[in-house]
Amino acid sequence: MTIVAESIILPQRRSTAGRLSDFLWRHPHVLLAIFLGPPLLWLGIVYLGSLFALLLQSFFSIDDFSGLVNYEFTLATYRQLLSGANLDIIIRTVTMAAVVTLVSALVAFPIAYYAARYARGKWKALFYLAVMLPLWSSYLVKIYAWKLILAKEGILTWIFQKLNLLWLIDAWLSLPLVGGNSLSVSYTGTFIVFVYVWMPFMILPIQAALERVPASLIEASSDLGGTPSQTFRHVLFPLALPGIVAGSIFTFSLTLGDYIIPQIVGSSRLFIGQAVYAQQGTAGNIPLAAAFTVVPIVIMGAYLWMARRMGAFDAL
Amino acid sequence: MTAVFFDNVSRYFGAVRAVDRVHLTIAEGEFFAMLGPSGSGKTTCLRLMAGFEQPTGGHIEIFGETAEGVPPYRRSVNTVFQDYALFPHLSILDNVAYGLMVKGIGREERRKAAEDALAMVKLPGYGTRRPGQLSGGQRQRVALARALVNKPKVLLLDEPLGALDLKLREQMQEELKILQKSLGITFVFVTHDQGEALSMADRIAVFNEGRIQQLGSPEEVYNRPQTRFVADFVGSSNVLSEDLCRSLGLKASFASLRPEAVAIAPPSEGALSLAGTVASQSFLGATNRIVIDVEGVRIAVASPAARGVPAVGSPVTISFAAHDLHPMEDA
Repeated sequence: MTIVAESIILPQRRSTAGRLSDFLWRHPHVLLAIFLGPPLLWLGIVYLGSLFALLLQSFFSIDDFSGLVNYEFTLATYRQLLSGANLDIIIRTVTMAAVVTLVSALVAFPIAYYAARYARGKWKALFYLAVMLPLWSSYLVKIYAWKLILAKEGILTWIFQKLNLLWLIDAWLSLPLVGGNSLSVSYTGTFIVFVYVWMPFMILPIQAALERVPASLIEASSDLGGTPSQTFRHVLFPLALPGIVAGSIFTFSLTLGDYIIPQIVGSSRLFIGQAVYAQQGTAGNIPLAAAFTVVPIVIMGAYLWMARRMGAFDAL
Repeated sequence: MTAVFFDNVSRYFGAVRAVDRVHLTIAEGEFFAMLGPSGSGKTTCLRLMAGFEQPTGGHIEIFGETAEGVPPYRRSVNTVFQDYALFPHLSILDNVAYGLMVKGIGREERRKAAEDALAMVKLPGYGTRRPGQLSGGQRQRVALARALVNKPKVLLLDEPLGALDLKLREQMQEELKILQKSLGITFVFVTHDQGEALSMADRIAVFNEGRIQQLGSPEEVYNRPQTRFVADFVGSSNVLSEDLCRSLGLKASFASLRPEAVAIAPPSEGALSLAGTVASQSFLGATNRIVIDVEGVRIAVASPAARGVPAVGSPVTISFAAHDLHPMEDA
């Protein structure tokens, strides 16, 4: 009986691919560099680089006579940004973003809570479908649809008319600031569309956060004597806070930057996004446009810092 | 006084009868264990006491007061959860003081009480840490302190030692027993570990398929199992078949026989004996477990390790006293 003595260690493959695998196995850092290099370069140069170039632009100014950019360091553009009509645009946009975020969170929480706690099987699938479905259709189509819904001849007015509640809309529209000729040309309309369009971005992070809260924590609070409202205040809300903050980052920053919704549904008064669009386009004032885009970055930075200080990320 | 009283209590989940017509009475100050395999209804019973579940039928009283429809936060009953359920965003001190906080007790007073409770479970000075920084055994103690700081009338423990390693588990068993005796609080303890139930409890209810199979002291449950399930589940008694019972002159259809009541030796006077062959044997430390095949029925014998072990396949005679043979119902 002859047994061919076989080596325990298999011979090296002679192909280039074989040699390469052996090399990469011995030098895992090289593999990591190959994987991470391109995206990091993209992020570092293309993305952060252009952001930095943009920031730089905001410290230049424009020559009022020639319309050319004056490449000298100055804070004049920021002075211009923080005065008169431009400051109004900032305040208007930030207020809208804050109200949209707050109301989105209030509407999203119960939906997310239901999905995380109670929905199982096909109901959960239905939940995801219902939340995501609006994201699948075109953003413009949705906004125009809302314009029709909110228009004076639209379905909303018709329904309120049939219910003899038209006076309710009229009363609301007669209010200063939030009112207007019809819902589709008022801040109220802009607000409704913002809340609708960003809703999935608020629901999903809250749902993910609530999903990670074990049911036993809710039971433990109740067991220790916590009423449902105390359980919400002391257990559920703090643990959902990272999700709420994540969602609010979406709704807040998306509202700060959007320039289409306020243009289609709303009054003629500008929001930051529209101001950027107008300044870098028709007006050709790149420095002021750049200064406008710095506003959301600064606000989001401050917002995240505050959220961190408040302990929003402690449960992560 | 009766601490917990179940009268014909059922809890169905759809078609599943998690708890099926259970009667039980737990006395004040008692250490009561609910023992059974997973899905036997013991945890659902505990949750019915805590108020997390409402009975489908029957009546529950806690210290003489009707418990149906009473939410958990209005019951003077506290629970130590299987996963401890410590609040991850709160410090250990705030965790322990939680029950006092929601009741509106002042900051200073609840801090003092929480620190005392932490000292009682031998974790003094751990108050500033977070649950994530503690080991499993320490978290378990915090969960205990968090429940006990409220001075509950009944403390419910849902497999609290399940996640601990053997050494720690034995130590905690000892401490829990001492704690229960010194506090005088009624403990209701859910476990699937029969050794734990036997060593800790004053009385044991053995659950299977939503029903109580037997309720009695550890000695009763261990030595005189009433059903085949109890004989099998609590310390793996031998179950003697009808034929074997008849050949030994017994009227019952089934009988139980504890492995340690059997000896591999010719019968002494008045003892019963059976002949068989050695089927297998394994070393368990203090004893050897030797399985004897008697006419197709396998009978385990716990033989002291110091004794010799007969070879597998060799014919042996086993003997046992007649009073160790316990007739039982067929179930």
